[in-house]
Amino acid sequence: MVDAVKRIMNEEKGTVLKNASGEKIRVSNLNFYFANKKIHALKNINMSIYENKVSAIIGPSGCGKTTLLRCFNRMHDLYPGNKYEGEIIFDGVNIISKEMDYIELRSRIGMVFQKPTPFPMSIFDNVAFGLKLMGVNNGTELRDRVERALKNAALWEEVHDRLGGSAFSLSGGQQQRLCIARAIAVEPEVLLFDEPTSALDPISTSKVEELIAELKSKVTIVIVTHNMQQAARIADFTAFMYLGEIIEFDKTEKIFTNPSHMLTEQYITGRFG
Amino acid sequence: MEGKADIRKRAIIRRRIISRVFLTISTLTAIYGIFWLFWILSDLFINGFRYIHIGLLMEDMNPAGVKGGGLRHAFVGHLIITSIATVMGVTVGVFAGIFFAEYGRDSRFIQALRNVTDIMVSTPSIVMGALVYAVLVKPVGHFISLGGSIALALIMMPVIAITTDEMLKLVPGMMREAAYALGAYKWQIIIKVTLRAAKVGILTGVILGIARITGETAPLLFTSFNNNFLETNILKPMASLTVTVFQFVMGPYDYWHEQAWAASLILTMGVLILSIIAKIIINGVSFTVPFALISRSLFFIRKFRKEE
Amino acid sequence: MERDGAIIEVEVSLPISQRAKEVKKNGRLVELIFKTSLGFWAIFLGVVFPISAFFILAKESWLSIKRFGFGFITGTVWDPVALVFGGLPAIYGTLLITFLAVLIATPVSIGISIFITELVPKWLKPIVTGAVELLAAIPSIIYGMCGFFVFVPFVAKHVEPFLIENFSRLPVIGFVFNGIPSGIDAFTTSIVLSVMIIPFMASVTKDSFNMVPSIVKESAYGLGATKWEVMRKVVIPYTASGIAGGLILAIGRALGETMAVTFLAGNNPQIPKSLFEPLTTITVALANQFTEADTDLYLSSLYYLAIILFVISFLVLVTAKLMVLRLEKQWKVKQI
Repeated sequence: MVDAVKRIMNEEKGTVLKNASGEKIRVSNLNFYFANKKIHALKNINMSIYENKVSAIIGPSGCGKTTLLRCFNRMHDLYPGNKYEGEIIFDGVNIISKEMDYIELRSRIGMVFQKPTPFPMSIFDNVAFGLKLMGVNNGTELRDRVERALKNAALWEEVHDRLGGSAFSLSGGQQQRLCIARAIAVEPEVLLFDEPTSALDPISTSKVEELIAELKSKVTIVIVTHNMQQAARIADFTAFMYLGEIIEFDKTEKIFTNPSHMLTEQYITGRFG
Repeated sequence: MEGKADIRKRAIIRRRIISRVFLTISTLTAIYGIFWLFWILSDLFINGFRYIHIGLLMEDMNPAGVKGGGLRHAFVGHLIITSIATVMGVTVGVFAGIFFAEYGRDSRFIQALRNVTDIMVSTPSIVMGALVYAVLVKPVGHFISLGGSIALALIMMPVIAITTDEMLKLVPGMMREAAYALGAYKWQIIIKVTLRAAKVGILTGVILGIARITGETAPLLFTSFNNNFLETNILKPMASLTVTVFQFVMGPYDYWHEQAWAASLILTMGVLILSIIAKIIINGVSFTVPFALISRSLFFIRKFRKEE
Repeated sequence: MERDGAIIEVEVSLPISQRAKEVKKNGRLVELIFKTSLGFWAIFLGVVFPISAFFILAKESWLSIKRFGFGFITGTVWDPVALVFGGLPAIYGTLLITFLAVLIATPVSIGISIFITELVPKWLKPIVTGAVELLAAIPSIIYGMCGFFVFVPFVAKHVEPFLIENFSRLPVIGFVFNGIPSGIDAFTTSIVLSVMIIPFMASVTKDSFNMVPSIVKESAYGLGATKWEVMRKVVIPYTASGIAGGLILAIGRALGETMAVTFLAGNNPQIPKSLFEPLTTITVALANQFTEADTDLYLSSLYYLAIILFVISFLVLVTAKLMVLRLEKQWKVKQI
């Protein structure tokens, strides 16, 4: 059993973070617009994502939490008319600037979606998908990495004897863990979760939450959830959003036991949802 | 003295009767529609079945007026013409369809192109024949079977482009997003994920496209024209099932008419089987039911008529 | 279930993100090539094809256009020997049988759609729907042949004499029923043509009916409406755009129909004076005379007919598309 964790140095960027108190991503004055500036979806967002911690973003529907999450891996670029303003600094670079190669960005900041989204291929090929994109072609290395990813996603035991089977033959909870395995196979530094358990039953939900708690020692995690209790359970830091703004961002305990802002308290106590 | 309630009751009864009448008429229209299908298929069976013999496929045509002979030249020609047309039509159609679905969703211009393509689907097929005649047959100086293939391909391309576009649009967006999130390029996602997800639907569209052009006659009338002999050179005029049927029906000989019925039966069965296969692929096995019922009742009718 | 407690890390020759960079360099070029290759064919189908079709037809018909001008459209004499060509009989024939076919097909299609969406027992539904769709799959030459060998004699013997006898003496409209009961005329052609377009109309109408939210129908039922009243007063008005779109689409199809019409309409280069006279249409003229055109003017006049047909059907289909698009805007949400 391997205990020690080895951090691979990114020599070009020159930053090495040894312990977990560092800032991994800093968001400065982020504004985001849909539909050619007609909808101002995110207003002056300022927050930090800390390395090897779980940061949750909570808030009522439509508050912009998913919109904010999708800025981190520039998912909004897929649709025309979207505009970013401000900075999101990741490893010394503003990732929403035009110079940032968003394809490379997505290999370092991965995402797991609301519903399980297996590709129409075998379980093995699903997990290997990102690896092949990165140029990993050696059969042995592929198999090793796939096995590792499936083990780290707590799915190996259940599928190791049918890696060639279709991904659609798995249950919903298994499919979502497959998507997690697929995302961590490329060893991202940050993993974004967009309401990952909203489509799952309670048992699968707790398995995924367990997984997140373990993964955080290796990746930084940002999770959007509409389920407050989930944030309270697994997050180190929580941001509460409302109508496109961050109302409060602090350690989870503080948010849930002694919030500074009245709106936060009202949301926590269920006055509005 | 009639009270208000009685008047209302009578009005309701009248309205109910009217409703029944019109709904019965509606049922009759459905029967009318299905009757035509049965009538055509039973005609084909009754008139054509007894003239089907293996010679049709093995022998070439006899000189006009000499009884006997087969339609091998027409079957082979038809196969060659439609195969070449399919290769051209499917390639262009699928490529264009992928572009419409994956690169054109946000562009008004490209959506307009897609709509124009949709319109070209229903353009008169004889006009395609006239086009190819002007562009290929006239300059070359003689009828040419490749021209027939091109005319059929021109009909097939828009059909397949539209069905490919529709099938790709059914692939859930979240699946594409998940692939993007892993850092893939658009072309990688299209090839590795989206096309794989839509491949059954696209295949069905191809099958339906083949069924459609197999039954076409008009575009071939002045491109590949006709040939009484077996011909496999695509630069020469070639026979096809449909044009040969046309020739035989319009001709004076009874045995030509008989062979036309037999050939039509085979052609129609081929086209219907392709259509049914496509429907089964998309919809599951419930569509074998009509076919089973139809064929069962047709054999019954044939048996009945034979005993007359 | 036994599993490792700690996360497993592995040491490799090169970090993944490093290798990613090398792969990405080629990726962008491939993306460009891919996109342009596909786009080329899309532009071909959507722009080059229709526009060059029009120009080729125009070029081929230019000789005739120059000679006859717009008078071609009203000219009634079609004489290949005297080299006088007037397109009116063919154009009239095309429009006549299209009109009659649609006249018959519209109520029948609506009736079939009502049956399929409201009346049919569940087990029968795939059969009926399948049967109607199979009607569309039957090649048009088969319709022509069955029509010619079976329907025409039947109609000539049993139906037309009855109609001619009883209706031709009616005042005002009686002349419509004059003629010889040969079976090769507008009457049989329109009936068979109507059967060919019913599947298209019924399919669009049925889909439109299915798009009406049940809540709307339930509100009507809740007010005590009979089934027919719900269809007539709620569903059909609701789906008027869709039905109209389907109707116009059927018109587009009927205009271009060749083989069935060639067998059943005859080859009479004159305007028919009644339902029971043979006629000609643009498609019939093209099918029968194209290979016989021995002079340039003859061929050019045929192309003149072809381009008229092309333009008419294009305009009709554009109208249909616009109506259906308007309906779709009402119902569908844009997908990603």
